Amino acid sequence: MAKVLFKKQLSKDVFLMRLEAPLIAEERKAGQFIILQTNEDIGERIPLTIADADQKEGSITIIFQVVGKTTYDLSQFNKGDIVPTLVGPLGKPTHIEKYGSVVGVGGGIGIAPLHPIAQAMKEAGNYLILIIGARTKELLILEDEMTRLADEIIICTDDGSYGRKALVTEPLKEICERDKKPDLAITIGPPVMMKYCAETTRPFGIHTLVSLNTIMVDGTGMCGGCRVNVDGKAKFVCVDGPEFDGHKVDFDNMIARLNSYKELEAESHRCRLEEEIKIRGGR
Amino acid sequence: MSFKNKIELVNEARELLYKYLPVKDELKPKDRMTIPLQEMPSQDPIVRRSNLEEVALGYTEEQARLEAMRCLQCKNKPCIAGCPVAIDIPLFIQHIVNCDYQSAIDIIKKTNLLPSICGRVCPQEVQCQLPCTLGKSLKDVDKSVSIGRLERFVADWERNTGKVSIPEVKPETGKKVAIVGSGPAGLVVAADVRREGHDVTIFEAFHKLGGVTRYGIPEFRLPNYVIDQEIDTLQKMGVKIVTNYVVGRTRQLLDLMNKDGFSAIFIGTGAGLPMFMGIEGESLVGVFSANEYLTRANLMRAYERGVADTPIYKSKQVAVLGGGNVAMDAARMAVRLGAENVYVVYRRTEVEMPARKEEVAHAKEEGIEFHFLQNAKKIIGDETGKVKAMECLRYQLGEPDDSGRRRPVVIPNSEFIMEVDTIIVAIGNNSNPLISQTTPELKVNKWGNIIVDENQKTSIERIYAGGDIVLGAATVILAMGEGRRAAVSINELLKNEKE
Repeated sequence: MAKVLFKKQLSKDVFLMRLEAPLIAEERKAGQFIILQTNEDIGERIPLTIADADQKEGSITIIFQVVGKTTYDLSQFNKGDIVPTLVGPLGKPTHIEKYGSVVGVGGGIGIAPLHPIAQAMKEAGNYLILIIGARTKELLILEDEMTRLADEIIICTDDGSYGRKALVTEPLKEICERDKKPDLAITIGPPVMMKYCAETTRPFGIHTLVSLNTIMVDGTGMCGGCRVNVDGKAKFVCVDGPEFDGHKVDFDNMIARLNSYKELEAESHRCRLEEEIKIRGGR
Repeated sequence: MSFKNKIELVNEARELLYKYLPVKDELKPKDRMTIPLQEMPSQDPIVRRSNLEEVALGYTEEQARLEAMRCLQCKNKPCIAGCPVAIDIPLFIQHIVNCDYQSAIDIIKKTNLLPSICGRVCPQEVQCQLPCTLGKSLKDVDKSVSIGRLERFVADWERNTGKVSIPEVKPETGKKVAIVGSGPAGLVVAADVRREGHDVTIFEAFHKLGGVTRYGIPEFRLPNYVIDQEIDTLQKMGVKIVTNYVVGRTRQLLDLMNKDGFSAIFIGTGAGLPMFMGIEGESLVGVFSANEYLTRANLMRAYERGVADTPIYKSKQVAVLGGGNVAMDAARMAVRLGAENVYVVYRRTEVEMPARKEEVAHAKEEGIEFHFLQNAKKIIGDETGKVKAMECLRYQLGEPDDSGRRRPVVIPNSEFIMEVDTIIVAIGNNSNPLISQTTPELKVNKWGNIIVDENQKTSIERIYAGGDIVLGAATVILAMGEGRRAAVSINELLKNEKE
C-alpha cells in the first residue's frame, strides 16, 4: 500500500506522482522499476520505472502515460489516495561507473526512467550529453531537470513545435560522428526508437544500453512472461534486465510480444463501452 | 471409467454402510477386502468444462465411513512410513469408522497443519497409498485405502463446523523469525515456529498469499477458500504478514537480520523461471509458460473475462507440452477458458507421465486429447508473429535412463504439422534467481537451488531453506516436510540461546 503524496499532470496524458514508499526509496538504485496495481482484487500488475526517490520524505516518483485501463485508473488517483499494491524496487540496477562521456537518449515517457540514470552517471563523474525528444512540445517532460544535469543537451520534437525538428536518431548520429565519440550510449523510449538508436550507434561500435519495458505479471522471476530474445537466447526482463545490450536485442519480436493483447484490449474497451451504454440507456 | 453422479454414489454407499455397520467391530480382513472402493463424487464433466468450481466434491459421510472400514488396520502400518510427515493414518481412519471426526482431525493436525490442502493435492498413490497392505492384497495400488480422500473429508468436516481449532501458542519469547514466501513450506514453518512463542513475520512478494497454491494450482483443484482458511488460522495464532515485499530487492536478505532484528530466516521462495524447449519460434506470440498462463488465470483472475483487468489469450487450438500435474492444470484451464481443442503433447507414454492418475483421468473426461510419443520440433508463426502451427516429431521408447523411465528416442523423418494457435510449455522450472543473485554468500548448486544440510540450514548461519527453492520442482507435501524440519531446527536454535 502506498499513499499518493503529490500528483501533477505534466501533459495531456502524462502524470507525475510521488508515492509514500520509504523502503523502496531507501533501496532503489538507478534503472530499477516497481510494479503496482490500482485494485488488489481485479487489477492488472504493471511495471513502471522509478523516476526519482526522496529518502527524507520516504517517497518515490513515478511518471506514467495513460495508455490503458490501469494507467487510466492510476491517473484518477489524487493526493491522499492509497495505491493498494506497490512492490519494488525490481530489476537489476544500472551499472554506474566513470566511462568518460555518456550520451543518454530519452524519448517521450522514456525521459522519466532516463532521469535517475543520468543523475547517477553525472555523479560518477561522466561528461553527460542528453538528447530528449517527444512527438510534440506539450509531450516533452522533465526538460528543466535534464537541462540541469547535462553538460550538453539537445531537445527535439517530431513536429518541430519545440527545439530541433528531428527524430532523436539524427543528433545521436552527429554525436557518434564527433572526433571524440561517446564511450557509452543509454537509450530509453518507445521500442521502435530504441531499435533505431541501437542501429545508429552500431556502426560506430559504441556500447549501447536499452531499458526494456515488457509485459510482466509477477516481476520476480516466476512467470517468464517478460522474456525477450537477446543474442538469440531467452532473457527475462524482470531478473536479467531491464537493461540489455541494445545491439543484441531482437526488437521486432519484442514489439510483437508487446502487442499480444492489443486486440483483446480493444475488444474489452468496446464491451465495456457497450455495457455502459446499456446501463445508461436503461435509466 | 464411466461417470456416476453423486446421488448414485451416495445411495450405493448408504446401502452398504447399513449392511456393515452392525458388524463393524467384527470385520475380518477378507470382509474388508470385499467392500468396494468409494469413488470420489465429482462435477459432471460436461458441466465443469465451463466453470472453475472444484471438480472433486468430497466424500459424503456414508462414503467416508465405508471407505474407512476398508482399512485393514494392519500391524506394520506401511502407510505411515509412506507419508512425508508421518501421520498416524490407521488411527485417524479408525476414528472415522466411529464417527469421531474431531479425534480424526486432531491426529492429522499433530503432524500436518494443512490437511485440507494435502487431502486435495498430495500424490497419495506414490506415498501413503503405495505400500498400503490392502492395495497389495488386491494387487492394485488404485484399490488401496483412499487415505487422501479421507484426510480431505475430515479437514472439510472441521471447516464446515466453523470451529477450526487454533493451535496453542506458548508465551512470547520476543525473538523474531522471518519467513520468505507464503507457499506451503513457509506456512508450515510459520505455524510451527509461532507455536513456540516466537514473533513470526511472513514476507510475500505477491499481493496475495499462498504461493503456488494460489497462483499455480487452479481453483477447480484447490479452491481459494481453502487457502484463505489456512492463512486465517495463522493470523489468529498471531503470525504477522507483509505482502508486496520482495526479499532480496525491497530488503536484502542479510539486512533482515542486520538491520531489522530478525534472529532467524526461512527461505521458501519456491520454483523460479520456467524452462523452455529452446526450439525455433518459442518467442512467438501465443507461446506461454504454464506459470504465466496459470498465474494470469488464477491469481490475476483473468478467467473472469470482463471482470478482471488482466487479459488472457483467446485460444481455439491449444497444445500443452509436458506430462506433469502443471501440464494437466494448464490444459484443463485452457478448456475452461473456451478452447475448442486442447492437446497434451508428451514424448513418452501414459505410463511414464509424472502427473497424478486422477488428474489425467479428469483431463480425459473433460475432452483433452493426449498425444503420446510426440514432441515439438519447432513453432511456426504467421506474418504478424503469432503462432499458427507446430512441427512435431514422433518418438519410440528406448532403454531406461537415469530416472528409470524408458528414454524417448526420436523416429527419423517422422515430422508432421499440428495446427495450433497457442502453445503452453509445462516442462518444469529453473530455480528462482532473485535471492541468490543479491546474496552471493548463499551457496547454491549448479541449477541455482539453495544447498542445505540435513537440518535445512543453508551456508549462512541462522538462515534455513526448504521447498522447491531447495528441491527443484516438487510437491506441496514434500515442501511441507522440509518446512517442518526447518522449523524444528529454528526452534532448537532459538531455544538454546534463551539464557
